[in-house]
Amino acid sequence: MLAGILTDTIRGLIGDQAIYFALAAIGLNIHFGYTGLLNFGQAVFMAAGAYGLSMTVVTFGGSFWVGLFVGAFVFPVILALVLGIPTLRLRADYLAMVTIATAEIFRLIARTPGLDKWTGSSDGLSGFARDFYDLSPFEPRQRYLFNLFQGNQMWVFVVGWITVGLMLLLTYLLINSPWGRVLKAIREDEDAARSLGKNAFTYKMQALILGGVIGAIGGMIRAIGTQSAQPDNFITDVTFFAWVAVILGGAGTIFGPVIGSMMLWCVLAFADTAMRQGVSSGALPDWLLTGTQVGQVRFMLVGSLLIFLAWRRPQGIFGNKEEMALDDR
Amino acid sequence: MGRDHVGKNYEQAPETVVSRAVRIALALLVAVFGGLAVAAPAVSAQSETTAGGTMRDRSGAEDEPLEGVKITVESADGTFSETAVTGADGSWQIVLPGGGDYVGTIDPSTLPAGKTLRNPDNASLSFRLNEGRNRNLLFPIGDPVDAPAAGDDGGTDDGGDALAVDVAPGDNKFIQLLVDGLKLGLIIGMCAIGLSLVFGTTGLVNFAHGEMVTIGAVTAYLFNGWLDWRISLFLAGAIAMVFTGFLGGVFDKLVWARLRKKGASLISMLVVSIGFSIFLRYVVLYRLGGRANFYSDYRIQRRIDFGPFSLPPKDIFIMGFSLFVLVMVGVLLQRTRIGKAMRAVADNRDLAESSGIDVQKVIRIVWVAGSGLAGLGGVLFGLTESIGWEMGFRLLLLMFAGTTLGGLGTAYGALLGCLVVGVFIQLSTLIIPPDTKNIGALLTLAVILLVRPQGLLGKKERIG
Repeated sequence: MLAGILTDTIRGLIGDQAIYFALAAIGLNIHFGYTGLLNFGQAVFMAAGAYGLSMTVVTFGGSFWVGLFVGAFVFPVILALVLGIPTLRLRADYLAMVTIATAEIFRLIARTPGLDKWTGSSDGLSGFARDFYDLSPFEPRQRYLFNLFQGNQMWVFVVGWITVGLMLLLTYLLINSPWGRVLKAIREDEDAARSLGKNAFTYKMQALILGGVIGAIGGMIRAIGTQSAQPDNFITDVTFFAWVAVILGGAGTIFGPVIGSMMLWCVLAFADTAMRQGVSSGALPDWLLTGTQVGQVRFMLVGSLLIFLAWRRPQGIFGNKEEMALDDR
Repeated sequence: MGRDHVGKNYEQAPETVVSRAVRIALALLVAVFGGLAVAAPAVSAQSETTAGGTMRDRSGAEDEPLEGVKITVESADGTFSETAVTGADGSWQIVLPGGGDYVGTIDPSTLPAGKTLRNPDNASLSFRLNEGRNRNLLFPIGDPVDAPAAGDDGGTDDGGDALAVDVAPGDNKFIQLLVDGLKLGLIIGMCAIGLSLVFGTTGLVNFAHGEMVTIGAVTAYLFNGWLDWRISLFLAGAIAMVFTGFLGGVFDKLVWARLRKKGASLISMLVVSIGFSIFLRYVVLYRLGGRANFYSDYRIQRRIDFGPFSLPPKDIFIMGFSLFVLVMVGVLLQRTRIGKAMRAVADNRDLAESSGIDVQKVIRIVWVAGSGLAGLGGVLFGLTESIGWEMGFRLLLLMFAGTTLGGLGTAYGALLGCLVVGVFIQLSTLIIPPDTKNIGALLTLAVILLVRPQGLLGKKERIG
């Protein structure tokens, strides 16, 4: 029993969910941590990646590699432009409202039965990832890494963490470039940046696109990992998981989002398994908690974490209060 | 991840030099990655025909594999039948004798406790398969009513009218939709006044405002339907309004006043409100469940025919009553001392403070009144549609559109904007499918931000 909890916790720490949300959080960190954009619709960028890939392959019969390009660049860039053009000139909370509304509305559109032949409605699309798994050097039926992962999971694990590493490197290089310094200047004082002749709107738009693309890559890997793109995998609450990851690890730090995502999923996996064991062994009575309710407690946990962090520790665990905190402005 | 991709039983494309090089490079990379056991890619010479899949509960944010579920695949001619049981990771696979027509059936009684098929009528799937192919069968798990197959349009569908199917709607579609839109707009408007006034007085976009709507409806439902108390809906609604108002005051005292005093930034307050929004929403789901619920009073009513449109009596009451409440709010804001103080604080907080208004007290009253109105709006929305755990969050998105359109921070603007949004999204169903009508709200939001970001009645300096 304890061994089961331990394995699940470790799987949470380094497993698939930590990877998807690490990527989503890296993107969000560029939005919020470095530029100060309040994107509450990271879920829709993730969905853009997942649907960009799956619709290219399943709906339009394109190749997987074209799908990767569409999912990583075409869909999220269009989305960022649509979201950004009306809102980026305005106060930060307008972007928040527009993004959260878009995320929910996109999900509703994707599950509309009338669009079944395009989006697969509420069942979503599947069967687009075989080219990816054909490249796998792992034997699907074998277990790897101390029996933690099956072959195909292991393949996603390897590719996923390599992608995370590349994105961290990209973030590091960009943020320490002149371009990145302008972003931080905009975050600190947009008017000052503008008065120095920087076009704040353009920089904010570029940051929105970049973070959106990284989030879309996360969504795409999620779609590949679960072998399906389903609207309900991208509910608005998914965005808040990424937010918790960013704030927990420390917004405005390079490694913060990744560490935050790993810690978040480690805690969630531990709580989940412990509660499930409690339910199945009868330690937690039925009137208190049933198997279905375990998943709901997870969201309460995430909500409480957000409240706690924003209130008590806005710089997160590793963040530097001087560099970036929620309280900056 | 990848649990249902069992076996590499696809037709293998002829391996090119490039793909071999890629594979070797990847294998090397993987070997370096930790000295793990690298199995050479297994390529089965002849591909099997298989059906398989992964049983998972995807209704949460994370997939949850379901173990021990029995799935049977039979050939259409009845010559082949085999049953598989899902493993710890939820995956299952059955090797089929060849191409043809098959039926896959899930045994719902083997699902883990608390799990149900999203659509219980879809326990069987027929499919056709060619020789050598792999077919993935999906049996979506989730709450049946939480995810209706058709018309899931963000909680603004005529869920309540689904019970009153005995009468056809009025004969003029345009006017019928216009009236429905006005009703929706009045309800959103009542809910949104609090959102807009809280923004006006404190600058906070309160994402937890939608949960006040839900809590209002659920409180009324508690006394009229949930428990067997048979308290009339009028009394239940009044209790709900008082309770949500009280809750708003408590929230302000315990959370928002403290954060203001601490000098917390608006952004961190906004994140706190999102945290409360998620927390409260899932507390409601935890106790209420994912179903759509209805009050026990005024459940089924015959529509009254007005010629070009028809309405059930409860909708006429809702429209009249909300109009009355909104006029009362207007009178209070316009004529009473506290109403004037509220508008003054929303207009210019520093000026109001220096002219002797107790700003903190005004803010407290705004929270109480705004939350109470949101609760009342929730009661009415629950009456005309249905009561569900996500209703407030979905209405919140419409409120955002309405208040932005009318001008964030203004009371009358919120009202006007919400009326326009309500009518607009109902009328948009003349052109687009009803399930996508909330797109109209988003479009309004985008257009108004492009053209007149301060909204119809707002002032320019707010948007900066």
